[in-house]
Amino acid sequence: MRYVRRFSRTERAVHWVNAVGFFVLLGTGLILYLPSLSILVGRRPVVKDVHFWSGIAWVGALALVALLGDRRGLLRTARELDSFDADDRRWLRRLYPAPQGRFNAGQKINAVLNAAFLVLFAVSGTLLFFGERDTRFRFASTVVLHDGITLVATVLLVGHLYLAVLHPATRHALRGMTLGTVREDWAREHHAKWAPPPAGQGRETGGGT
Amino acid sequence: MSDSVEPGPEPKRYGRGLFLVTVAGGISSLAWGKGLWSHLSAATSSIPFVPHGGWRIYTVASTMPSFDPATWRLEIGGLVEKPLSLSMADLRALPRARQTSTFHCVTGWTVDNVHWAGVRLTDLFAQARPLPRAGGLEFVSAEQPYTDSLTMKQALLHDVMLAYEMDHAPLPREHGSPLRLVIPEMYGYKNVKWLNRINLVEQPQDGYWEQLGYDRDAWVGRSNGYRS
Repeated sequence: MRYVRRFSRTERAVHWVNAVGFFVLLGTGLILYLPSLSILVGRRPVVKDVHFWSGIAWVGALALVALLGDRRGLLRTARELDSFDADDRRWLRRLYPAPQGRFNAGQKINAVLNAAFLVLFAVSGTLLFFGERDTRFRFASTVVLHDGITLVATVLLVGHLYLAVLHPATRHALRGMTLGTVREDWAREHHAKWAPPPAGQGRETGGGT
Repeated sequence: MSDSVEPGPEPKRYGRGLFLVTVAGGISSLAWGKGLWSHLSAATSSIPFVPHGGWRIYTVASTMPSFDPATWRLEIGGLVEKPLSLSMADLRALPRARQTSTFHCVTGWTVDNVHWAGVRLTDLFAQARPLPRAGGLEFVSAEQPYTDSLTMKQALLHDVMLAYEMDHAPLPREHGSPLRLVIPEMYGYKNVKWLNRINLVEQPQDGYWEQLGYDRDAWVGRSNGYRS
């Protein structure tokens, strides 16, 4: 079995720091948000502090990984995520064949939305923190924004977890995000434009499924 | 090789567009989010995990006070001719007031049409008889150190009550059982939960949140930085 490297150490660090931070914030946030959990757990002032400082740590740790890791590599990744070619657009319209690069179009959208949500979580969380201390930072809709993006981000997360852990055709991708490498034949099937060509053949563009 | 993969036009930079639209839409929602949410509230009430009716439970202490009917009393003291110590049975023997009013939290959420039942302060004053120099009321919660206060005039607004029932059931623990203050004209932090003492005082003092910078007169829509 031949393997090919899909994700660098820096990329995997960004992913897992983001994932751990999101889960801690989701857990503590749900305790603050859902009445049944608020009642069960109590200790709201402590939970609030943990939630707030986890948010700071989340953004701080991501910034640190980006700063100390492979910055050029991350910029290249960002350009990949930014760019949607004709096949990506066909893929989104469920038209096949639509051979995909290292990221498929859905993964690009998921990554871009999560980056945008990170900014919105940071902005609305900061407003919630300072709004409690100074009415100039208080808006009637801050909680709607903070809770609304939580809802959307959680729906995306459920889909992401299904594809990464359960769905038989795609769950091999989890190996790429943990160990960094994926099987060559799997890569050719799912990411044909990025995967190395089969041994003994010239590089083709296309092929798809 | 199908013709779909012939060298096409340049890749489109959709990623940055999606990022910017999402961030800009989210930040602009600070201006319109609440309006949209209240339009959707009928629909959101059926989404699993969204709190029913829109309530969130805010507390300041590590545990919620618990209610023991045998020992619980509402104490009324300070500038009164006759201090009172009332059990829940005493309160329920007083004229029962009912109202349906909207509950506004200063953080932005609102619960429409909450049904309350309880007693009016005038019926307690008839027994305790505040002294003429009593100009304010301090409401003390069993959830220490939560207090808040009202002027005498505010406390006598027609729909201010001490509620022992909410939505046709005894006040739930998380909503301040057995008794909370209800003043719909003001934000939720004035509506003291787990109320167990009222002190008549000359002037209102800053309560828990006011010491942290909230307005003492918490009129809905015209205090705490809001204008409507």
